[in-house]
Amino acid sequence: MAEKLKVGAYWAASCGGCDVSTLDIHEKILDLIQLVDFVFWPVAMDFKYKDVEAMEDGFMDLCLFNGAIRNEENEHMAKLLRKKSKVLVAFGSCAHMGGIPGLANFHNRDEIFQYVYKDSPSISNPDSIVPQTKYKVDEGEIEIPEFYNTVKSLDQVVDVDYYVPGCPPAPHQIWGVLEAVATNNLPPKGSVVGADDRALCEECPREISERCVDGFIRPHMKIPEKDKCLVEQGIFCMGSATRAGCGARCIKCNLPCRGCYGPLPGVMDQGAKICSALASVIKADTPEGVQKVLDTLPDPAGYFYRFGLPKSLLHRRLDNAPESPDEN
Amino acid sequence: MSFEPKIVGILCNWCSYTGADLAGTSRMKYLPNVRVVRVMCSGRVDPTFVLKALAEGADGVLIAGCHPGDCHYDNGNIKTMRRMPLLEKMLGQFGIEPERVRLEWVSASEGEKFKEVVDDMTEKIRKLGPLNALNKSGVAKIRAETRKEVA
Repeated sequence: MAEKLKVGAYWAASCGGCDVSTLDIHEKILDLIQLVDFVFWPVAMDFKYKDVEAMEDGFMDLCLFNGAIRNEENEHMAKLLRKKSKVLVAFGSCAHMGGIPGLANFHNRDEIFQYVYKDSPSISNPDSIVPQTKYKVDEGEIEIPEFYNTVKSLDQVVDVDYYVPGCPPAPHQIWGVLEAVATNNLPPKGSVVGADDRALCEECPREISERCVDGFIRPHMKIPEKDKCLVEQGIFCMGSATRAGCGARCIKCNLPCRGCYGPLPGVMDQGAKICSALASVIKADTPEGVQKVLDTLPDPAGYFYRFGLPKSLLHRRLDNAPESPDEN
Repeated sequence: MSFEPKIVGILCNWCSYTGADLAGTSRMKYLPNVRVVRVMCSGRVDPTFVLKALAEGADGVLIAGCHPGDCHYDNGNIKTMRRMPLLEKMLGQFGIEPERVRLEWVSASEGEKFKEVVDDMTEKIRKLGPLNALNKSGVAKIRAETRKEVA
């Protein structure tokens, strides 16, 4: 039998859901360990930075990197793992497009620290202590990684070979990706793998009759009818601007698509596309009428870019951005 | 040097482009800050165009089409009338002032209106100052680093 593939997996700014999803391939995990050796997977086994540093360059055949680049440590690990792996995969929405942590790009470091360490109702911080990158103690100076103003996707800091979208990637798609690497059946570099090239509407089981709405409601405000398109029922669904491949898992639970599989091929900005699509179903022919419908949408940008703000054309909110382009 | 706004003007072929042409052939003087792109219909204006212009260095985007009811393709401009307010609302959350993206109806006979819109928009954006999205969003830096890696 040929030598087993050496695989690494890492989490940067992420929740760990991608790692759990890898385990959700269930009994196929037994086939998986026949194929691969995990040489680095901090969420499952004990590894230290020095174990990675000791590897030769290109030692890992495949590295599944999940999580966005939120701080200096994430960026350091991304660069290190790029050097140590032959194939680097941006695994899951956060590495692919910035994901949920990327929504922090509507704020900057100071605003986030102000809320998290001072204003949040659950915090008690009488001395107003916020994290510093360097601090002097009796034993010397200690350091923690710098927290960036702007969250980045993995490909904004290193060269990425493939993208596996999803929050988290669907287990059957993960299995497909691992199989493709094991059998050396890889698509061209830069491809999005483990997803479809069509919109989610194509695999959505619901019926479309006439898309026309006179107001939007949020998902918790109504129990949607089972077989009717959610947009027609006034529920904001990202399906028409999102790749299929997940098996319409949210839709089947009566919830709208949130767009985690990212934009369709050739699309520069997922938010702009859904803005275009949803606005055209508004039932109003006067500016006042349109405004009335838009008033029912409290947070369009947050919804349009729920998973992809760092990868959008504008990347972040501009009026609270760092003045110097060199500041992270 | 004083700040000269860069404005991208996306004009519909049937009304607004002809209106701008009329302003020119009638030798009206208007500020030279608008760079005109002709599209067949204002309904063709994908919000991506506006975002891309702003992300790549434009300080403002003007979209002009036929008056409601006059669309050459029946209702293209009605779609634009629905899209642009949503786009503007979204841009507000990105910290972009509403004056920077403007939708106007300019018919083929309204050369004078085109002139007024361009002058007014240029002055308003001149007061706001440069948008500078390229630097603030970190795009300039990301691009420079990507180039360095490739080289």
